[in-house]
Amino acid sequence: MSDTDVAASPSGGMDHHVSVDPAIVTEPRPAADGGPDMVQLLTPEGERVHHTEYDAIIDALSHDELRAFYRDLVLIRRVDQEATALQRQGELGLWASLLGQEAAQIGCGRAMRTQDHAFPGYREHGIAWTRGLDPMRLIAMYRGVDKGAWDPAEFGFHGYTIVIGNQSLIGTGYAMGIQRDGAVGTGDDQRDAAVIACMGDGATAQGDNNEAFVFAGVYNSPVVFFCQNNQWAISEPNARQTRAPIYKRADGFGFPGIRVDGNDVLASYAVTKTMLDRARSGDGPSLVEAYTYRMAAHTTSDDPTKYRVSAEVEIWKLRDPIARYKRWLMSEGIADHDYFEAIDREADELGEHVRTATVSMPDPDVGDIFDQVYVEPHQQVADDKATFTAYLESFEGQEVQA
Amino acid sequence: MSMQKTTIAKALNTGLRRAMERDPKVILQGEDIGKLGGVFRITEHLQKDFGEDRVIDTPLAESGILGTGIGLALRGYRPVIEIQFDGFVYPAFDQIVSQLSKLHSRSRGAVKVPVVVRIPMGGGIGAVEHHSESNEAYFAHTLGLRVVFCSNPEDAYWMIQQAIECDDPVIFYEPKRRYHEKGEVDFDAPSAPRDLFSAHTVREGTDLTLACWGPMVKVCLDAARVAAEEGRSLEVIDLRSVSPLDIDAITRSVEKTGRLVVAQEAPSFVSVGSEIAALVTERCFYSLESPVIRVAGWNTPYPASKLEEHYLPDLDRVLDGVDRALAY
Repeated sequence: MSDTDVAASPSGGMDHHVSVDPAIVTEPRPAADGGPDMVQLLTPEGERVHHTEYDAIIDALSHDELRAFYRDLVLIRRVDQEATALQRQGELGLWASLLGQEAAQIGCGRAMRTQDHAFPGYREHGIAWTRGLDPMRLIAMYRGVDKGAWDPAEFGFHGYTIVIGNQSLIGTGYAMGIQRDGAVGTGDDQRDAAVIACMGDGATAQGDNNEAFVFAGVYNSPVVFFCQNNQWAISEPNARQTRAPIYKRADGFGFPGIRVDGNDVLASYAVTKTMLDRARSGDGPSLVEAYTYRMAAHTTSDDPTKYRVSAEVEIWKLRDPIARYKRWLMSEGIADHDYFEAIDREADELGEHVRTATVSMPDPDVGDIFDQVYVEPHQQVADDKATFTAYLESFEGQEVQA
Repeated sequence: MSMQKTTIAKALNTGLRRAMERDPKVILQGEDIGKLGGVFRITEHLQKDFGEDRVIDTPLAESGILGTGIGLALRGYRPVIEIQFDGFVYPAFDQIVSQLSKLHSRSRGAVKVPVVVRIPMGGGIGAVEHHSESNEAYFAHTLGLRVVFCSNPEDAYWMIQQAIECDDPVIFYEPKRRYHEKGEVDFDAPSAPRDLFSAHTVREGTDLTLACWGPMVKVCLDAARVAAEEGRSLEVIDLRSVSPLDIDAITRSVEKTGRLVVAQEAPSFVSVGSEIAALVTERCFYSLESPVIRVAGWNTPYPASKLEEHYLPDLDRVLDGVDRALAY
């Protein structure tokens, strides 16, 4: 039985966290499209679906803010495309593409407040973008210049985490710290904070994620587990990670879980914002499953033709997050042709910048191997650094043989 | 209070209390550490006095304890984590090795993770499996961590406070079979008697150096006393820290004595003792009168407790190692 089969079955009263207006959803959405419980505010055709719980959040957004979502989506997709191309040209060691997941990430990231903190995996380029982190910092990591050496405190965006699931626990611990700082439930919008802990569908199988659910539940911590279900954990489909739909798992841990259309930036924003508000106000954790699709390979080292059919990819192309949003902005008169052209020009300029900045990125100093392993000196590290320095110096003044 | 006779367990408890009084960011996390005070009572009464937010009874999930501890540290707290027994640390191994040890260097110094992981270690208490291990080599092998052992009440009292003040992550081993052995502690001393990461020569001698740490310090001191009756002068060094390793203290001693026996509970194969043997050979080869001898747990899993007296290096086996070194 696959995840989607379960989602199609009668919900048996398990979905009490989600309220869908029955007058609007007349026919249950097929399981393969996310199932009947999935919150969708914008159809793949770009039509607004009204929702009693979330409409007010969308209505409160100004046209500037709505246009800014579009800009985010287009620009981060361009960064992603350039990075993929740069890897193909040998300029990056690896790249993990976010293609197809832009709406999930931009909606989530834009729902965060300055004082909130995100704990990402390694594909959260869109969330990083919303936190003001220069994409070149991400590219530096994939180029092998550093290991993702930004200051998390500066951006409320922590280091990329490659070991699957580790960050869910770390984010939960951070949320426990927020509680101890008295920064939950005070009603002060500038003070109350929450955590976004990112994971993918594969990560839901990890012990660390399930332990994070336990800890966050037991301590009622202000953390929103944001799971991007992109259907594939490298070559393994959902059915190899979970028997129950991911969002329903929250029920067993004692907090709400919601599936949202991850290709719908409005839905991702509205649901994440609702859950972050809930967390900041002291009502505890939640799980948001953003139902989306990894349009590209797992990373540039992967070959998805070995394990998935192109027909599936073609279906998801029709659900593209940017195309549907652009259609809606146009039909609503929120943005016009000139606006879209201006964004395209900005994307071209950004792409050019990414290319030039990548190839001109200096290699790190060899001292980086030894420096900052520890805060305070450590004799074995110091001894090795001295040995290596002496070794390098032994070549100084020698003629290099051609 | 001034000079008092106390146990390692009580000294640790007082040291934790002092650290918590001094810094409100110090918090304790672990299984059963609250009302119960921990299975060894090291945290006794601390939850009552500092509250449930600072002495946290956690779910029974070691990776969860470590992972959330790291998150708390990133928020500015200084978590002190109790792992209930040495053999229960492995579920947390991933968080310790993949995150705790590497976050500072990965961020090029932007973040600090001052987490202390307390682990009651070693055998000799007749316990069932997984309760008697000496797994320091795993952590010493992981650069980014610091690994220390207390062996007596005075060190227990000071070292736990120094470990908590250290901005690097520290694996803090406590010799569980020595928890209730007594020693003198000056609770009113203005500062710690020695640096957290320095070795301590606990007995001076001229014929041979015994290097040891944690529970083996007492065994080695006893061995040195017996050897003295036979006219042999052994120098005993309590390493206290195995990462960093105070190798200079060892080589200084070996340059004087010419012989080194390393005594440890852990198996000898790929161990801290192996590393010391290699370093001493590299650094003072011409001072050595004999090969470096390792007296260690056998290269097997820790045995059933009825056999542990044959597994753990005792006074006789240490002296046998001394005899072998002196035979050269």
